[in-house]
Amino acid sequence: MTAAGYINLIIAKYNYWIYIVLMCVGLWGMIVKRNLVKKIIGMNILQTAIILFYVSIATKKGAALPILAHHIGAHRTDPATIINPLPHVLMLTAIVVSVATLGVALALTINIYKRYGTLEEDEIHDLMRNA
Amino acid sequence: MKRFALLAVLLFGALLVYGTTDFPDWGDPSSPAATHVSPHYIRHSLEETAVPNIVTAVLADYRGYDTMFETSVIFTAGLACFFLLRVFARKAPDSRLYRHRATGITLRIEQGGRLPEGAREFERIDSQWVPYDLIIRTACRLVLPFIQLFALYVVAHGHHSPGGGFQGGVIFGAAVILYAISHDLRSTLQMLPERRTVLMSAGGVLIYAGTGLICLLLGAQFLDYAALAGILGVDPIMARSHGIFIVEIGVAIAVMAVMVSLYYNLASVGRFDEGL
Amino acid sequence: MIWQLEFIILLLVVVCGVAALTVRDLLGAAILFGAYSFMMCLLWAIMGAVDVAFTEASVGAGVSTVFFVAAVFRTSRRSRD
Repeated sequence: MTAAGYINLIIAKYNYWIYIVLMCVGLWGMIVKRNLVKKIIGMNILQTAIILFYVSIATKKGAALPILAHHIGAHRTDPATIINPLPHVLMLTAIVVSVATLGVALALTINIYKRYGTLEEDEIHDLMRNA
Repeated sequence: MKRFALLAVLLFGALLVYGTTDFPDWGDPSSPAATHVSPHYIRHSLEETAVPNIVTAVLADYRGYDTMFETSVIFTAGLACFFLLRVFARKAPDSRLYRHRATGITLRIEQGGRLPEGAREFERIDSQWVPYDLIIRTACRLVLPFIQLFALYVVAHGHHSPGGGFQGGVIFGAAVILYAISHDLRSTLQMLPERRTVLMSAGGVLIYAGTGLICLLLGAQFLDYAALAGILGVDPIMARSHGIFIVEIGVAIAVMAVMVSLYYNLASVGRFDEGL
Repeated sequence: MIWQLEFIILLLVVVCGVAALTVRDLLGAAILFGAYSFMMCLLWAIMGAVDVAFTEASVGAGVSTVFFVAAVFRTSRRSRD
């Protein structure tokens, strides 16, 4: 592939590259960071990156929002002129479920803090080994 | 360890980049995601359900099972947070703090004692109490009714504009949380007790599942709202529209109650005495 | 669609995400995560996913930031990394 071909590839899919960067950032946060709250933030960044990916595959160039006007006859609606609504539906529920899982994760974190008095993963490991 | 993690992340990124080169171009109308079932929704959802917002129609009608179980996931998360954090300590707190409103003198009463009834010039305060900002309190109280009204509008107008049960429920819950932050947790608990939030979250899921069950009893399939036409007194297409609305109300109630109960549990570490 | 605007928002999303993970003050991390969520919501609104953007604006930037702040308030604010 020529250089122009690569540049075209990068420009044609630039949203996808951002979602890859964000997924890597989130995964890096989950693995490397020792603080439990930081790990939860990393998990949320990973989730939003996946949602960004789904929203990106739903877009169509120059298409309208997935809300129809009443006066347009349904039979005249061309699918190429309306953004694909299906990934939006899947992601809408995923966001609300993500906040529910965030609540449970923070509850677990608070319980761990009550028992060990720290949020750092390595200190918790030491305390567990010595106990 | 850190080097190994970096290697794993870079490998993960390289695999994703390799996979992405095979993707259809960004914004391609003939990509696989846009060809199979979504053209049917775009073409026929308005004539089949009379709901202009396709997302709402697909969310609550075509993919009704999905949304019902998402709602029950949220309900389960609320329950899980309750069981993880809630402590039912019957013993009285070590000490209570009372502040004289006019002078700002604080009394500390040990061993579970309390002020006599009718001591109106004292108010009970949290141990990490900071002086109230009059501007924040007044501004929040002014803005709260409008937030709640907007939440109800978002639920009711979800057929024609972005919005629906999830968003409206979260906004209503955020209004209650704003009250709890700008005032204190005890006064919020007097307005919306814990028992009521649990009952409301269960009731919201019950409204959703009950609508489906009524459809089943009327001889149609589970969550096929067209069967409600006889009860509601409208034609089957409008019945689907109304069915979506009923279901959205259930979702909104459940989401609102779960958000508030999650906040109660997290902010007071399950003791329900002092909040954020 | 204004591509400069979209580019700036994409850049800010990445910057806010990395900053939320690297800052040592957990309260600051919670607020930066709220900013990240709001930038993400703007990005989705640009892409035409208005329902998703609305949900993220109320959930990600609103309620989950409050949850983070509540959890940090009840645990510790410092982080070693």
